[in-house]
Amino acid sequence: MGASWDDVREGMEIPTLEKNCNTQQLVHWAAGSGDFYQIHYDHNFAEATGLPNIIVHGALKHAFLGQLLHDWVGNEGRIKRVGCSYRGMDFPDEDIHCKGVVTRKYEENGEKLVDLEIWTENPEGTRTSPGSATVQLP
Amino acid sequence: MSDETQESLITDEMRASIGRESEPTTLEVDKTSVRMFARSVGYTDPVYYDEAAAQAAGYRSLPAPPGYLGTPVFNPNRRSARPQGMLEPSRPLKRVLNGGTDVEYLADICAGDILTSVSAVSSIEERKGRLGEMLITTTKTTYTNQDGEVVAIMTGTGIRY
Repeated sequence: MGASWDDVREGMEIPTLEKNCNTQQLVHWAAGSGDFYQIHYDHNFAEATGLPNIIVHGALKHAFLGQLLHDWVGNEGRIKRVGCSYRGMDFPDEDIHCKGVVTRKYEENGEKLVDLEIWTENPEGTRTSPGSATVQLP
Repeated sequence: MSDETQESLITDEMRASIGRESEPTTLEVDKTSVRMFARSVGYTDPVYYDEAAAQAAGYRSLPAPPGYLGTPVFNPNRRSARPQGMLEPSRPLKRVLNGGTDVEYLADICAGDILTSVSAVSSIEERKGRLGEMLITTTKTTYTNQDGEVVAIMTGTGIRY
């Protein structure tokens, strides 16, 4: 069961989704998404472009935030919008904490909606992918 | 040596490209690609893997997880068109980073759907940041399904430096 609009209050945190991707997951994502840019799986290539290591795909962090929302709203709710900026790099085998806080609860065009601030956070507590989302709840 | 009087990175050709729509791209959403995408993110919800579970939850077939907007139909004999926003700036920039993604969903996308996407550059900006000279291109892509319904609008930000 997903969240119910009646139980949501502004300021509440939604359950955190914990991620930590190894290089195998990054290769899997490359195939799943079609993004084969080598900085995400070829260490030598990443270093040659000036990066300290292979980096996690930005779009994978966007997809993690999508999962954070899906796991919260369930299949009776719907994700209306999800967006984030890629402000900081995340690396393989490091924790990525995906979090969200409700910023607004309202009704519009007969739909029960919730706006959220969402982000991914690295082990130092820096928000590497800050964003926002709107979901519809039953 | 760079200095403040240097000409803009943005060429006339790039300015003229703003708002120009790309050729349409056909993208397929199928069960295998939905499962592969969902697995690569780490979903455990059976709606992304088991069609009976998806239908029991009210979907036509496996739903596309957030972020999955179909797989472009690959044709090895057609040279891919130059991606939108990838015109050469006045001075070469070697590196590319993804700056951000925002997707608005207007209807369910499910396995079996065939989407058509059309992209257009909505803005090109240049900035000096911690990476040096940067070119920031915002592109909007509209996805329409086989019934002519707009199902998603993606705004992507690309950074070249």
